[in-house]
Amino acid sequence: MPDNKNRQFLDFEKPVKEIFDEIEKLKQTEEKTKVDLSDSIKKLEDQVIEKRKNITSNLTAWQKVQLSRHPDRPYTLKYIQKMTTNFVELFGDRNVKDDKAIVGGFAQIEGETVMLIGHQKGINTKMRQLRNFGMANPEGYRKALRLMKLAEKFNKPIVTLIDTPGAYPGMEAEERGQGEAIARNIYEMMRLKVPVICVIIGEGASGGALGIGVGDRIFMLENSWYTVISPENCSSILWRSWEMKEKAAEELKLTSDYMHKFGLVDTIVPEPLGGAHWNYDEAANNLKNQIIATLRELEQIPAEDRINQRIEKFSKMGFWDEVAS
Amino acid sequence: MAKNEEDFSANLAGEDGQSEESKSSWFKRIKKGILTTTSEKKETPEGLWAKCPECNYISTVTELKENLFVCPKCNYHHRIGSSEYFDIIFDNGEHNVMFENIRSKDFLHFTDLKPYQKRLEETWKKTDLTDSIRVASGKVDGEDFIIACMDFEFIGGSLGSVMGERISRAVDYAIEHKTPLMIICKSGGARMMESAFSLMQLAKVSGKLSQLTDAKIPYISFLTDPSFGGISASFGMLGDLNIAEPGALIGFAGPRVIKETIKKDLPEGFQRSEFLLEHGFLDFIIDRKALKERLSTLLVLFKG
Ligand SMILES: [Zn+2]
Repeated sequence: MPDNKNRQFLDFEKPVKEIFDEIEKLKQTEEKTKVDLSDSIKKLEDQVIEKRKNITSNLTAWQKVQLSRHPDRPYTLKYIQKMTTNFVELFGDRNVKDDKAIVGGFAQIEGETVMLIGHQKGINTKMRQLRNFGMANPEGYRKALRLMKLAEKFNKPIVTLIDTPGAYPGMEAEERGQGEAIARNIYEMMRLKVPVICVIIGEGASGGALGIGVGDRIFMLENSWYTVISPENCSSILWRSWEMKEKAAEELKLTSDYMHKFGLVDTIVPEPLGGAHWNYDEAANNLKNQIIATLRELEQIPAEDRINQRIEKFSKMGFWDEVAS
Repeated sequence: MAKNEEDFSANLAGEDGQSEESKSSWFKRIKKGILTTTSEKKETPEGLWAKCPECNYISTVTELKENLFVCPKCNYHHRIGSSEYFDIIFDNGEHNVMFENIRSKDFLHFTDLKPYQKRLEETWKKTDLTDSIRVASGKVDGEDFIIACMDFEFIGGSLGSVMGERISRAVDYAIEHKTPLMIICKSGGARMMESAFSLMQLAKVSGKLSQLTDAKIPYISFLTDPSFGGISASFGMLGDLNIAEPGALIGFAGPRVIKETIKKDLPEGFQRSEFLLEHGFLDFIIDRKALKERLSTLLVLFKG
């Protein structure tokens, strides 16, 4: 987690930044004058909490999309570090290469071995390039499937963490079968004999998200989004303009509250006031508790029933009329 | 290559394609049984004429129809709809269309340039289609067969809840009647007006195909021009056999998006059927005129 003085602020977080700046000033004054200002500082810190609360409760769909992309937001490896012990990262698809946009490996959550797989975004300019902004190539999806099959072989449950603006739309990705790789994952995840939990921790865009997103239970972090296309691309296709992304975000009803209401996700995992970037420990702990409780529940169900229920769960998704024929 | 410029996202938005190429290569159904191109047509004493977008060869629509809408000169496969494929593949064109009573609705109250409900109503009025896919059962050289075939002219053949549900019911029917299934893909991708529900159809249909696998019933994915997005990221690439028409554009990301990403022109033939065959993603490419015979052989092979 960044120190308070290194925090980055979105436009709608500016009121918090102003209080932060005031606190910083008081601290400097305290340093210089050796006068105790801790009461005033404490008051301002309470105001920060209050502002964070205000911000979270009044967000538009587009602001939630921005929050899901907050530069200080924790990514997959951060959650793994905070939730697990004995993490051993495993690399490569055994075919073409190691895709850095998807990471995975065995780790223990409260002593139980679990396979964790997720999209990984970079934490600085150089790493963002290396991680390809969390946009995986076919190798990434095939690495993910290899690790899932490995987990299945040793009867270990799988947890996937989804955070991608989409699968990478590149020439080589097409040559190596981006569509096929995602299709294969969706199909195979449907048939995995071990419990599978999928969590949208940030951005859940399209097939790139669903490629590691089929499971027995789907969670969404409070300030994440999940739908068929990013609001920007939706704006460009349906409105023929890049200017309608805010409207597109509203229309797509892509936020966790809608997705839960629609029955497309099972659980919303609460975030710290103001968003996961305010407190990594709290964010990870909320998620960890939810994972543990859900795994206990899923492990009671015989494998074959679990697979049938998984297929049934997705079979019900959709809306249509049945007219008299 | 001009056709790479084609912008099927316009069709996904419920509008006709912007470029001349896409307009001229498409046959529109005005009323039952009457086909016309959307441009490049002229009325003459011999009837309607159509120009091949690939080689500019001019033929009458009747002549073209007899040739299964394949250009007699350059073998360009014109885009056709479910009615034409059913006629071509099923014995004597006889078939039974199912699940037409399942219809789209604007559950999310989605409004882009128009409300989704209005777009649906306009499309129902403009075409004689009820949605972007039709399912039919019939016989191929005496063997039972089920085809789910997309219609591009219904909002770009977009994948929404109705397509997902109709395919799911087709799978149930295939399992119940132990009959092989083929999906003919022709779609620009997801129906964005159904948001996440549209995305979940990828998982829904893949789950159903998994049941088909367990029942050991053959599933053929037949990819025609164009087959993109969620189609290729699910059932389009999950066939026991993946086959395609010649020259069809098939891919995950559309050529326009890729071009914008890599900021380079795409090579000749990129994302065409022949390219996919070369890269190992198709079992074979089949000419429309040889399609029925090949399917018939496959049905015998799977059975024998
Ligand atoms: Zn021609």
